[in-house]
Formats: sequence, C-alpha cells, structure tokens
Amino acid sequence: MPVTHVTHDLDARTLTIHAEFAAPIERVWAVYADPRQLERVWGPPGYPSTFVDHDLSEGGRMNYYMTSPEGERFYAYWTVTGVDGPAGFTFDDGFALDEDFTPNPDMPVSSNAFSFTEADGRTRATYVGTYADTESLQKVLDMGAVEGSTQAINQIDDLVAA
Amino acid sequence: MNETEDEDRADAWFHALADRTRRDILRRVLAGEHSVSTLAQSYDMSFAAVQKHVAVLERAGLLTKRRQGREALASGDVAAVRSVGAMLTDLEALWRGRISRMDELFAEEATATHTDNQKD
Repeated sequence: MPVTHVTHDLDARTLTIHAEFAAPIERVWAVYADPRQLERVWGPPGYPSTFVDHDLSEGGRMNYYMTSPEGERFYAYWTVTGVDGPAGFTFDDGFALDEDFTPNPDMPVSSNAFSFTEADGRTRATYVGTYADTESLQKVLDMGAVEGSTQAINQIDDLVAA
Repeated sequence: MNETEDEDRADAWFHALADRTRRDILRRVLAGEHSVSTLAQSYDMSFAAVQKHVAVLERAGLLTKRRQGREALASGDVAAVRSVGAMLTDLEALWRGRISRMDELFAEEATATHTDNQKD
C-alpha cells in the first residue's frame, strides 16, 4: 500500500497523508503538471474530473469540474500559491459558482501543500490539507464527491434526515 | 493535541465501517434505538455474531448501549458520526483513493515497459 502514515489534527482541522510511490519524483510531478493525467487520479470513482484550465505556476489557476453519475457538474478551482517543481506546490482549493469558474463565496476554501522527495528511485509524498472551520469540512463532504466510508455515512445521514 | 488517540479512533472507525453488516446495523440504530435481539433477527447469523458487531461499533464510539430490564438497547451516536474526526476520516478516504489511482497509473506503466522490453 502506498499510504504509509496518516495524521488527523482535529484542532487545526488538518489532514496529513504520507505516501510512497514506486516511481521517480519527476514521474510523480508529471501527474500534476499534465491535466490529462491529473484527471485520471483526481475525481473519486463515479465523479470524473475535467480540467478546463491548467496553469501550474505561482498565482495560476486550475479550473475543473467533476461530473456526478447523474450528469450534474460541480465546478471547482485551485489558486496556485507556490510552485517548486518537482519538490512540491501549494494551492487553495475552492468551489466555483458556474462554468465561468467564479469563486463561490459561500463555499469553503481549503489550503493544501503537496511535497515530494526522492530516495532510491522511489518518491515520498506528503499531502497536507487544512480547512478553516468545521462547517467548511461538512460542506466539502456534502458535495457528495467522496468515496469509501463516506458512502456509508451519507446513507446514514440521509436516513437520519428522513 | 493527542495524535495517537485520534489515529486510534480513525483506525477504529475504518475497521467498524469496513463491514457491510456493521454499516447496516449502524444505519438502523442511527434511525432509532433498537434492542440487540431485534437487530439479531434481521440478519442470517447468530445472536452472538450480531452482538460482536454491535460491540465493535460501540468500541469505535459510533454506538451506545443501555440496559432496560433484560434487554440491551443500542442507539447510534449521531454526533460522533458527524464529528470533525469522522469528517477527516471521510476526507482521508478520498485522498487514499487519489493516491491509489496514482499508484495504479505507475504500476500500469511499469507493466507496459516490462512487456515492451520483452518484445525487444
């Protein structure tokens, strides 16, 4: 399993995931530098992502949408805040109002830091995502674009709400 | 900040929700209190087996039990399910998915390269 360690900081609403890939750092970086590759890994199963704009440079925008199984589109964007390829980059991830990718002020923005180091042809990756408050976290999950245990939890929420 | 405790909790959640029967039990008890014996009747397994599933959910902090006479009554802990920890656990699942899709991508390429080399 590529995931080696996971940390939850409840007070700071931060999730840190460490992973190790059987690929050199340039190969890992290429996933983020190439929108077609990024699309293959970003959206959860059933919610393919499409990157419309892809500017991985400081101040650049990455505009994308995820399509639900029902065909509904969720528009989102990254504002790239720093790039040090292939060692890593930082960005703010937010939701957009529509296909013009105007940021939705009512939706939360998370700050993210991805960093990579290479050792013996393998790459260690550290992913850190931070949410401003509990409500932000809930809203992100409410977008429905989450896999794994979430499916169970969403069904539970529906049941409780019913 | 007690990191170990949070991780233990996340482990317990993942373990508890990794089982279909336990997810089903949790759905039922979140909708309302159920006696363990009523729950047991819903599944094609022994009372002891259902009791064991209930205990796993209880240890994960997703379910609470109280006694009423001879009955053990179980209810889901909605607050726990919706807590920040649970949300971070959800996000963790999303990130784990992304990471494993990258891993698969690299593995496919490694296989393709290997096959190409064999052809040469």
